[in-house]
Amino acid sequence: MRTMLGRTLREVSAALKQGQITPTELCQKCLSLIKKTKFLNAYITVSEEVALKQAEESEKRYKNGQSLGDLDGIPVAVKDNFSTSGIETTCASNMLKGYIPPYNATVVQKLLDQGALLMGKTNLDEFAMGSGSTDGVFGPVKNPWSYSKQYREKRKQNPHSKNEDSDWLITGGSSGGSAAAVSAFTCYAALGSDTGGSTRNPAAHCGLVGFKPSYGLVSRHGLIPLVNSMDVPGILTRCVDDAAIVLGALAGPDPKDSTTVHDPINKPFMLPSLADVSKLCIGIPKEYLVPELSSEVQSLWSKAADLFESEGAKVLEVSLPHTSYSIVCYHVLCTSEVASNMARFDGLQYGHRCDIDVSTEAMYAATRREGFNDVVRGRILSGNFFLLKENYENYFVKAQKVRRLIANDFVNAFNSGVDVLLTPTTLSEAVPYLEFIKEDNRTRSAQDDIFTQAVNMAGLPAVSIPVALSNQGLPIGLQFIGRAFCDQQLLTVAKWFEKQVQFPVIQLQELMDDCSAVLENEKLASVSLKQ
Amino acid sequence: MAAPMLRWVGRGRRWTFARVDGGSCHRRGAPTGSTSNRIREQSSVAQQPLYTTQKPRKGEHKWAAVVGLEIHAQISSNSKLFSGSQVRFSAPPNSLVSFFDASLPGTLPVLNRRCVEAAVMTGLALNCHINKKSLFDRKHYFYADLPAGYQITQQRLPIAVNGSLTYGVCAGKKQSQVIPKTVRIKQIQLEQDSGKSLHDDLRSQTLIDLNRAEGQLRVDANISVHHPGEPLGVRTEVKNLNSIRFLAKAIDYEIQRQIDELENGGEILNETRSFHHQLGYTMSMRDKEGKQDYRFMPEPNLPPLVLYDATSLPAGADPQQVINIDQIRETLPELPSVTRERLVQQYGMLLEHSFTLLNEVGLLEFFQNVIKETRAEPKKVTSWVLNTFLGYLKQQNLAVSESPVTPSALAELLDLLDSRAISSAAAKQVFEELWKREGKTPGQIVSEKQLELMEDRGALEQLCHSVMEAHPQVVMDLKEGNPRAINKLIGLVRKATQSRADPAMIKEILEKLSS
Repeated sequence: MRTMLGRTLREVSAALKQGQITPTELCQKCLSLIKKTKFLNAYITVSEEVALKQAEESEKRYKNGQSLGDLDGIPVAVKDNFSTSGIETTCASNMLKGYIPPYNATVVQKLLDQGALLMGKTNLDEFAMGSGSTDGVFGPVKNPWSYSKQYREKRKQNPHSKNEDSDWLITGGSSGGSAAAVSAFTCYAALGSDTGGSTRNPAAHCGLVGFKPSYGLVSRHGLIPLVNSMDVPGILTRCVDDAAIVLGALAGPDPKDSTTVHDPINKPFMLPSLADVSKLCIGIPKEYLVPELSSEVQSLWSKAADLFESEGAKVLEVSLPHTSYSIVCYHVLCTSEVASNMARFDGLQYGHRCDIDVSTEAMYAATRREGFNDVVRGRILSGNFFLLKENYENYFVKAQKVRRLIANDFVNAFNSGVDVLLTPTTLSEAVPYLEFIKEDNRTRSAQDDIFTQAVNMAGLPAVSIPVALSNQGLPIGLQFIGRAFCDQQLLTVAKWFEKQVQFPVIQLQELMDDCSAVLENEKLASVSLKQ
Repeated sequence: MAAPMLRWVGRGRRWTFARVDGGSCHRRGAPTGSTSNRIREQSSVAQQPLYTTQKPRKGEHKWAAVVGLEIHAQISSNSKLFSGSQVRFSAPPNSLVSFFDASLPGTLPVLNRRCVEAAVMTGLALNCHINKKSLFDRKHYFYADLPAGYQITQQRLPIAVNGSLTYGVCAGKKQSQVIPKTVRIKQIQLEQDSGKSLHDDLRSQTLIDLNRAEGQLRVDANISVHHPGEPLGVRTEVKNLNSIRFLAKAIDYEIQRQIDELENGGEILNETRSFHHQLGYTMSMRDKEGKQDYRFMPEPNLPPLVLYDATSLPAGADPQQVINIDQIRETLPELPSVTRERLVQQYGMLLEHSFTLLNEVGLLEFFQNVIKETRAEPKKVTSWVLNTFLGYLKQQNLAVSESPVTPSALAELLDLLDSRAISSAAAKQVFEELWKREGKTPGQIVSEKQLELMEDRGALEQLCHSVMEAHPQVVMDLKEGNPRAINKLIGLVRKATQSRADPAMIKEILEKLSS
């Protein structure tokens, strides 16, 4: 009973079905942990009443033997850029403080339709623009691993370690709140969004599975956009099977999103356990070996490749020659769409409005200056510059062409017989906040998205899998990239890999005394890729 | 927003807003918004009538004017171009606004099938090339009645291009001669209509209605003048013309203004102008922001619009998911030019009459229904429908559908006339009775009012005799050879018969009796 919070979604779902715990009990445990971990700043809004009411209804269904399925009674959290009916949706921006949408995003509605309990809305970088979850109006999110036994013990060994309180780590971003929420056991799955790596990056830093589905597989209706042509709802869970369960609930065409595809996709996403990988071909993109890559990540990456090879898979070096143009290309396309998407925030209909009323134009200007942070305003400015008639051909059109080349790189790699690509997710493990803020948002985003962004340009599915702890005791993730709409194949490979590496569970005993009991039965598995 | 619009050519705009309390409320020309569904069509009418200022003096250059029209026409559809909310004329403000229409964050456009079909049909009717693949773009500008900050339109690759429309212009002394003209259609594009701004100058407020099902037709005219054989002149754009009459006036005014300006050594600025319809002149809108850069970009939430024809239709395609151009072509009604030609051929009517029949909504159908039910000659029917019937309608400002006289009633009336059961004059009387909507048939009216033609020659002779007896002086005049006397007698007899007698027969009898 006490170990419920440490379980995976699938395990706790089984416990609910077997009556080992009720949805209300589970909900209350999560709510209590949310309160205890408030300092992590993972949640912007905790929807306690809503969750308890949903738990009550779920409980009735279980009693009547009418469970809605694997997600019935499961606590989940949703990034605060998905519209939630009746629940404030802020995008961590002054602009939308107090904005209560009158409708649910399709993915939120689907979770609720499956009986999931909505615990709250999670923190992010303002309008998802960032890679640290440090640039939202509600303050930065703290990485639960900052308080883990694994990290703290390593730090004690380091005589140079500084003041503990100011030394907390970032979660990565922009879906850092969702990652922290799942990582700290306050829910079993969370929705993030992924435009350039915003789900996979914090997943890697928080030791989670972070899945970005194929573009068009999951509806974006209700997701407040960053870059419409690259955004996808992302899924953060503790294991690959859990991600597949959530994907099964979310995937499918939506009449409200014309970019979702109608071709039938295998549902539900039940993942087979691969017995052997000898028929697999794993591609290693040589351009991803960049000088900035930490030696630890590089070493784990090559060990992972060795693992596949030793188990009989074919491992090939492949080339994605246009990779190095991805960042600059993304910058043009992202800021252009941002400039356009942010135009609706003018203070007239919803959200923030300034007090200035000398003229409409003055009102617009002041509202937008007060409502958006520097990062958002900077991107709006750049984007409008790129879209000017005189610049459009030179920037936007060229960037679109480069985007096509980048997408074709992947097509060529897959056409050469590769099933999935294996890459790092991030350059290194999570860094302390004080370290992180030394660089500006733009520089950091450019560095941090390097392995993840091209996937969004190409619309491919990708997943970050936690692999091992670094020398500092912090999680490191690796990324698998699949063919478009071969999400199930991708996750199947990821599941096999996950089983091989036996990533350790986060140990938060020192932090939350009753969590120690919660977690005590979870054995710290050996890390097969440990260096 | 609102109703779907088709836009023929050009660009548009809309009066703008300032919904700010206490401050200045300026109305400036905003770029066109459209959020209803509409078609926008650009026609470049390169008209070449030559203009001169007053009398051309010797050696003076003649001027030619070039006019291009951008026509914003609302599509007749049940719901909006990109949302499921209804389109209904004069609905209460903001009563038909979906989350998308209000541009709530996270909402996405979903293209309305009916609007695409209407655009294809319009393209076919205007002899356009239909693009099998067309794209949507965002056009950005800040305006209170444009809540998304951009308008979705088809700037780069519109649904139809390169069409033409042939029409007739009345000319000649009695405007009875129809000269055929052709206007080229540059493109037809689907475009969202913006909302409507209502300015309350008194309170310095602007109210916004996002229903957007307003103006059904709006035209912007681009006008320039040049000397034939020389490069085209700088053009001006006169915006927001909402009637054909004002359009014509504005263009005429603007052409003359440009000629005057140039002949007086001035220059024409590339600017937008508005038309003061009461005073009949155009004036610069002096948009203080100068030229707008709309920062066009592809609409990422709408995939390319792909249309099929019989040869490209994928096998087993769900008819609900695809639009087949050939299928739409089959449902295309007979086009007006073909109808007119048929009317001329079939009924021997004058071309200008065929124009009148088609220009009045429902009139052609009325005419055809009368033809179907009457034995009367088509020429007779044409004359009655276009003169008597249309005259009554116009006089009382009624639509054909509101007419108190049904096609069957008119047909019966014309049959009575055709069989010489009543005189023309009596027929007019019957028609007037029919117009009173008392539910009587022409036959009933004729018998009640005893309007039948007097076929009894003996009785008519008797009547003529009595009239002559009662007016000896007139008879005397007649006998003395006064030519007007016979007409006077005929008139008196007709009056006595209540117009039921054939004037020719009366004349014959009178002449016989007086000889």
